[in-house]
Amino acid sequence: MSFQQVIYPSLAFILLAPVVGLVFSGYDRVLSSRMQGRQGPPFLQPLYDIVKLFNKEATVVNRVQTAMVIAFLIFSVFTGCIFFVGSDLLLVFFALTLAEVFLMLAACSTNSPYSSMGSQRELLSIMAYEPMTLLTAIGFYMISGSFNVSEIINRDVPAIVELPGMFAGFVFILIIKFRKSPFDLSTSHHAHQEMVKGVTQDISGNVLGIMELAELYETVLMMAIVALFFITKNPFSYVWAVLACFIVYFILILIDNVFPRVKWEKMLLVTWGVTFALGGANLLILDMIKIAEGW
Amino acid sequence: MKISKSPWLLHYDASSCNGCDIEVLAATTPVYDIERFGIINTGNPKHADILVITGGVNAQNATVVKQIYSQMPDPKVVVAAGICACDGGIFKDCYNILGGTDTVIPVDVYVPGCAVRPEALIDGISKAIAMLDEKKQAAIEHASCQIHYEDKED
Amino acid sequence: MVPGLLFLIFFPFLMAVLTYYTKDERKRTALVIGGSIVIMAVDIIFVAGCYKQGTSDFPLTFVYRAHLADFFIMLCEVFLVGVVSYLSVKYKKYYCILLSLIGTVPVLVLDISKMISGSVPESEHILIDNITLIMCVIIGVVGGIICIYATGYLHDYHEHHTDVENRAPYFQALLFVFIGAMFGLVTSDNLSWIFFFWEITSVTSFLLIGYPRSEESVTNSFRALWMNLLGGCGFTFTILFCWYMYESENLSELLELGADMPGIIIPVVLLSFAALTKSAQMPFSRWLLGAMVAPTPSSALLHSATMVKAGVYLLIRLSPLMDGNLSGIMITTIGGFTFFASSLLAISVSDGKKVLAYSTISNLGLITACAGVGHTEAVWAAVMLLIFHAVSKSLMFLAVGAVENSTGSRDIEDMHGLIIKLPKLAFVMIVGICGMFLAPFGMLVAKWAALKAYLDSNNILLVVFLVFGSATTLFYWGKWLGKLFAYMHQSERLRGNVHKSEWGAIYPLTGLVIALCVLFPVVGRCLIQPELAYMFGEEIGAVINADDIRIMFMMLMMIAILPVMTWILSRRNREKMTMAYMAGVNAGDDRHYIDSFGGVRPLYLSNWYMDYFFGEGKILKPSLFIAAVFLVSIMILSIGGAL
Repeated sequence: MSFQQVIYPSLAFILLAPVVGLVFSGYDRVLSSRMQGRQGPPFLQPLYDIVKLFNKEATVVNRVQTAMVIAFLIFSVFTGCIFFVGSDLLLVFFALTLAEVFLMLAACSTNSPYSSMGSQRELLSIMAYEPMTLLTAIGFYMISGSFNVSEIINRDVPAIVELPGMFAGFVFILIIKFRKSPFDLSTSHHAHQEMVKGVTQDISGNVLGIMELAELYETVLMMAIVALFFITKNPFSYVWAVLACFIVYFILILIDNVFPRVKWEKMLLVTWGVTFALGGANLLILDMIKIAEGW
Repeated sequence: MKISKSPWLLHYDASSCNGCDIEVLAATTPVYDIERFGIINTGNPKHADILVITGGVNAQNATVVKQIYSQMPDPKVVVAAGICACDGGIFKDCYNILGGTDTVIPVDVYVPGCAVRPEALIDGISKAIAMLDEKKQAAIEHASCQIHYEDKED
Repeated sequence: MVPGLLFLIFFPFLMAVLTYYTKDERKRTALVIGGSIVIMAVDIIFVAGCYKQGTSDFPLTFVYRAHLADFFIMLCEVFLVGVVSYLSVKYKKYYCILLSLIGTVPVLVLDISKMISGSVPESEHILIDNITLIMCVIIGVVGGIICIYATGYLHDYHEHHTDVENRAPYFQALLFVFIGAMFGLVTSDNLSWIFFFWEITSVTSFLLIGYPRSEESVTNSFRALWMNLLGGCGFTFTILFCWYMYESENLSELLELGADMPGIIIPVVLLSFAALTKSAQMPFSRWLLGAMVAPTPSSALLHSATMVKAGVYLLIRLSPLMDGNLSGIMITTIGGFTFFASSLLAISVSDGKKVLAYSTISNLGLITACAGVGHTEAVWAAVMLLIFHAVSKSLMFLAVGAVENSTGSRDIEDMHGLIIKLPKLAFVMIVGICGMFLAPFGMLVAKWAALKAYLDSNNILLVVFLVFGSATTLFYWGKWLGKLFAYMHQSERLRGNVHKSEWGAIYPLTGLVIALCVLFPVVGRCLIQPELAYMFGEEIGAVINADDIRIMFMMLMMIAILPVMTWILSRRNREKMTMAYMAGVNAGDDRHYIDSFGGVRPLYLSNWYMDYFFGEGKILKPSLFIAAVFLVSIMILSIGGAL
């Protein structure tokens, strides 16, 4: 891999991802309020929020916390770069886990009850969605023979044709990943929760801004993986991919507004059930096809 | 960009009769929809810019109000919503009531009413939003003055 | 090479005798430290010498018409049976005598008959290749380090546990006996010899678990004993079978017969059975948990770094024979299932050593599964896992032991805020834990390779076990890591009660973990790949490609320079320190709150254990039952099918 092949996509990701992420969250804010019969904030509201956060002072509980949030940002960005330079998809998920662990450690380090509760739930959420993310990577490997993103997009048929179960499962775990309503256990965008703000409880001001920025990068990465299901050699497929991303995001917002939050047992069982039923079945079928072709 | 584009709100019920609380919540409903100003009810002082207090402060929660206020990052404003929060209201002479919110923390906007009307509240909050920018500006000027001063020392 | 090897086997036994009879503590400490350093030095010289000599012509084998040694080993076996019988009678556990006799008598009879008839074939009793060398490094270096650690640890242990009789010389002597036996085990190729050393490790483990002599430890030690002796019986029957069917008494000859030899599945299944008991795989996992009553050095050395590795070591050796037959299915399924089930079980446990035990079982399961796949990539992953696990896990045990001696508790809940209380130990633990499950560090690399290998061998069940098991692994390690990171204001640094000898053990081991994280591609290229080439008769390329390794190095670098980046990014930040949010009733120190009556109450933050969901009471018995039924039925099927 040459230097240019690494540096241009990475730079593009670092600069453009926040913009794309803001488009998605603006879309979220506007659509959510329309679904609730309100006028709601302007489309640029997420931008205003982030700018405000960076303009505020931070109140911190300790220094470790700030370090961990910064690590969360750095590794979220890094994860995205790995993906966009076309490298190993499994490594993307492993690096993402590392980033998430940093966020969880930021919450743990505050030694405060709501943060601690949030951090434990965050870990539980990771435990719930991790199998499906890994299975998704495995699914791509089964059909393209490589974990490398650059080779996965270099196919004739979109991956969704062979991986419908994986796709459905992945969209399902995006609900947890984006902390949307039935599974917004660790923190939530809405007030009056029993754990107040959970993981982000004691993160404030510009440190919270850093965290929100990192989440934008993660949103873009996740949507890019959704797009991966649609992208082929044909440049026209990118249009479908973008369209698919918006539809998936719309479904997530709809679910967010329709379902009340569930208890953790239910989340874990349902998510693992879905992972097993959709991801596992898809994998098994692929494997059988592979074996049959071998004959 | 102005900080006032995204004021996040913390609502604290000091010892209200719940009348004002219901009106505060009403302001967040689709009918009054304060979210169109970018306002989010965060429930967390560490994220909030505006502290909305309903009810008079009593002996027991005075420390709580102070603590929550101290945990909010600058710049921040306080809105006393309802007559009880402004000066103690009809509970003013109760044995346990210290008085309005301003007996424990500095208040920026007083919104009277029993209960406070959502329209009045929104009006008060928008006044508070304007003050956020002023405070930020003042803080920047203050900081630059200090730097200037330090330079002279050298 | 031969004198070096003989030295490595016999010198620890000599050390054991010397240690046992040196009653003065200071002299004994000096002796143990000196002896351990000698063992480590000779071990490294030996390995380097073998490696240099052998790169062209592995495996190195040595011809021995070792009548004298055979005779000596027979005597020792009788002695072992005597020890087991004596203790079994003493504690009224007669079934152990029976198992011991079943295991040993047939081998004795066979050996005697061979001697009388004079039909001993000339064969190499000793075989050294790269896996042996890797095991030797682990045994010598980790073993030596732990022996040094034990000197300081035992001193404190007996200050805290006044109810336990101080038999420190005995304990240290046993550690040395064990090291000697392990050297013998990994270098032997003759099945009777392996079996002999195998039994020694079983018995030393039994004696070490029984060290505290409490009721619990006696029960647990006998549980460990009977399970290991049962496994030994599998070994015995293999020896008999191989002798009478193939007239071979060497492991390497068994491997040369190839997977197509009729009936070969029987010795493979029997040996795998022995390996499963030794590595505490699922139906037999309970002995390893019970073994945690023993003082920490023995847990670190026997029950995580070396002895339990003997089982998977044997499986790795056998793996070319397990490709695509029932024994392979048995091993992969048991291993995968154990990996998943014991990582689930680890969630509900708060005792630090118990979590480590479950994690050990779980990781051994992964190694077992890799060995059972019988492909080059999988075996690469297995060896890598074995190395990383041995080092990081023994580090974790040593750190937990040191924390226990400093704070009086090894419960994870009591490690809250360790980063303030005992920063050095907390750092060591963080290194250990990150090494166990996080991205750019050791174990995960191996896990990744394992995943690829499972996929390439179309083993979907294993893939599913692996993805779910990784998620649960992340949960229990993450919880622990979070506890360490809790930053408590105004809490005082504890005066760590950690001896110099303990630091002398912990720091080198930490360095080793970090070095391995950086150097794993070298280990893979220089040690594991040549070995696989000879084992499977095919050259393999790099299992993890260079681009990915480069990315992981970048991640390591980023973590290393994280403090600097934080400083740069937050330098201009004027931060205001506040109290943690507790709904406005924080009493001021983040550790107390004011209740509704105005009183000040302490706050206790607990981790999440979900006992009613993942508890031992709920999961353990069904898992053991499933594993046992599966194991027995596959064994019957494969042996019955071959007969």
